[in-house]
Amino acid sequence: MSRATAAGLARGAAFAAAAIAFPFVFNAAWIVNIGVLTLMYAALATAWNLFSGYTGYITLGQAAFFGLGAYTLGIVFEHVGIGSGYNPFYALPLVGAGIAIASVPVAWIALRTRHMTFAIVTLTLLFIVQQLAFNLRSLTKGSSGLMLPTPSFPISSYDTPFYLAMLAILLAGLALCWLILRSKLGLMLLAIREDEEKARGLGIRVTGAKLIAWSLMVWLSAMVGGVWAYYLTFIYPESSVDPLVMIGAVLMTFLGGRGTLWGPTIGALVLVPAQQYMITKLGASQLYLVGYSAVFMVVLLLLPRGILPSLRSAIDKQRERRRTHREPIVREEARA
Amino acid sequence: MHEVVQAIILGVLVGGIYALMASGLTLVFGIMKVINVAQGALVILAAYLSYALFSHLHIDPFLSILIVTPAMFVLGVAVQLVFVRSLRGPDGSELSLLVTWALALGIEGVLSVIFKTNFRVTSPSYGDNSWSILGYQISEVRLFAFASSAVLLLLLSLLLTRTRFGRAVRATVQNPTAATLLGVDANRVQTLSFGLGVSMAAAAGAVYGVIYPFNPGSHYDLISRLLSIVVLGGLGSLGGAVFAALGMGVIEALVAVEISPVWSSFSFFVVLIAFLLVRPQGIFGVRERVL
Repeated sequence: MSRATAAGLARGAAFAAAAIAFPFVFNAAWIVNIGVLTLMYAALATAWNLFSGYTGYITLGQAAFFGLGAYTLGIVFEHVGIGSGYNPFYALPLVGAGIAIASVPVAWIALRTRHMTFAIVTLTLLFIVQQLAFNLRSLTKGSSGLMLPTPSFPISSYDTPFYLAMLAILLAGLALCWLILRSKLGLMLLAIREDEEKARGLGIRVTGAKLIAWSLMVWLSAMVGGVWAYYLTFIYPESSVDPLVMIGAVLMTFLGGRGTLWGPTIGALVLVPAQQYMITKLGASQLYLVGYSAVFMVVLLLLPRGILPSLRSAIDKQRERRRTHREPIVREEARA
Repeated sequence: MHEVVQAIILGVLVGGIYALMASGLTLVFGIMKVINVAQGALVILAAYLSYALFSHLHIDPFLSILIVTPAMFVLGVAVQLVFVRSLRGPDGSELSLLVTWALALGIEGVLSVIFKTNFRVTSPSYGDNSWSILGYQISEVRLFAFASSAVLLLLLSLLLTRTRFGRAVRATVQNPTAATLLGVDANRVQTLSFGLGVSMAAAAGAVYGVIYPFNPGSHYDLISRLLSIVVLGGLGSLGGAVFAALGMGVIEALVAVEISPVWSSFSFFVVLIAFLLVRPQGIFGVRERVL
């Protein structure tokens, strides 16, 4: 269980302060735009890690909830009216919570299956949502796409509210992960990851614990989807339920280190700017896809544990070496 | 009624091709607990190869199965050696999902660079012929496609039941450790079976390109169905995969006729989820063993 160390709190505060200050220091629109995307992926990766990193159950359905968030916000705009400007942001936690609650019965069915089957069933959720987006034309306008009203933010700092909204979701995700890691729930999830049968035998309510982590993952992902939809103001089925977005978040989690607190964020900080650079260099085209898959392969095959765990074990080894280096001297002293 | 029977005929014919693709997927899972998400992309790759052979060298798409399948077998062996073999350890099979997904993206990217993203279809001269039997229309290419899938599935089952290699494969499926102790070379079995699984995708792909228009992105559509089929049939069960594939073909065709084609694949996913509520291990599946 991680403790609330001074260093850990300082790290969190420093990250939050730097991230909040960033768009006011570097206020060029294209930089803030990359910032929005980076935070979006960081939040998605943190959400994915919250469920899959801690329980060991890989879900391939996250994009479904991202898309549901995007479409729900769009549909609410059309049919309910939630104001303009900043107001939709305040409605997002509710939208996310609704989607999370609705997803629990499906998750319960999916969680009746074991690891591999679970991953596949969650992947079918993605395709189900995409099909719904295509077919429920009266709500989603199908493949012609859904238009959201453009918010009336000043042009010069248009991206900043979205940046802050994404940041708020990321910070909420990090805070949740941190709380979970130091709580009993965290211990339960880790026990499930290590040996589910044994955990069940010890009286842990494994399904309940997994469902809590699942609904938090859905809540965060749906909110990110909502902000994204409001940011782009135009969504269509292929872009809002995009397996590539999800697989990007998974890749970032693996790069940073799954099951860690900061890993997904670090992965996003490394990969999203690189990804944006590749898009401007190669065009958002086919070559980009080839490069993407190459990076993915390299990360999975050469660094499957991720940056943070690898760094940590390197540091541990260094300390170990220093200790063994020191020991003979101690022994000599003892002899003398 | 006529419509329904016509839909069932169509569904069975289509299901046969999916059965061939899914058999490769479930075979590979049974042996090495690896889900090859790239199976759909490999089908599309084979469809393009067969398309290229047809349009440049005028080789009949059904004949091209004989060229594409061995070539893709070699590719499959190479993929196993380079990417899949190194994934060992407790979460190796979960990692394999992502590694083969990355492979699928790579194939999609390379295909779009070479062939661009517009839809193609391999259209031999007899492409539009159909026979009418008792008033039911049976398209010639679909019947050929079904027949060649059936022959290949039969060959696969003969290979698994009648040969020494097949016995080694079945032994590995049942108990890898015991098989190794009895002298089965597990590495060899895994590599060859992966190649075999990919060649099933290849043979089906050559046929697929005649029936459906395809582009590099079509693999998502394929893999979503294939994965649902193998889960519904029970991961690792060949009979289950064939059964589920035919079932999917029929359900989709019926929904397409009775409700609307846009809901056909959706309905199959819903059937899958509803079925898992009753039987999480699939039709013929065994509960995944916990180590």
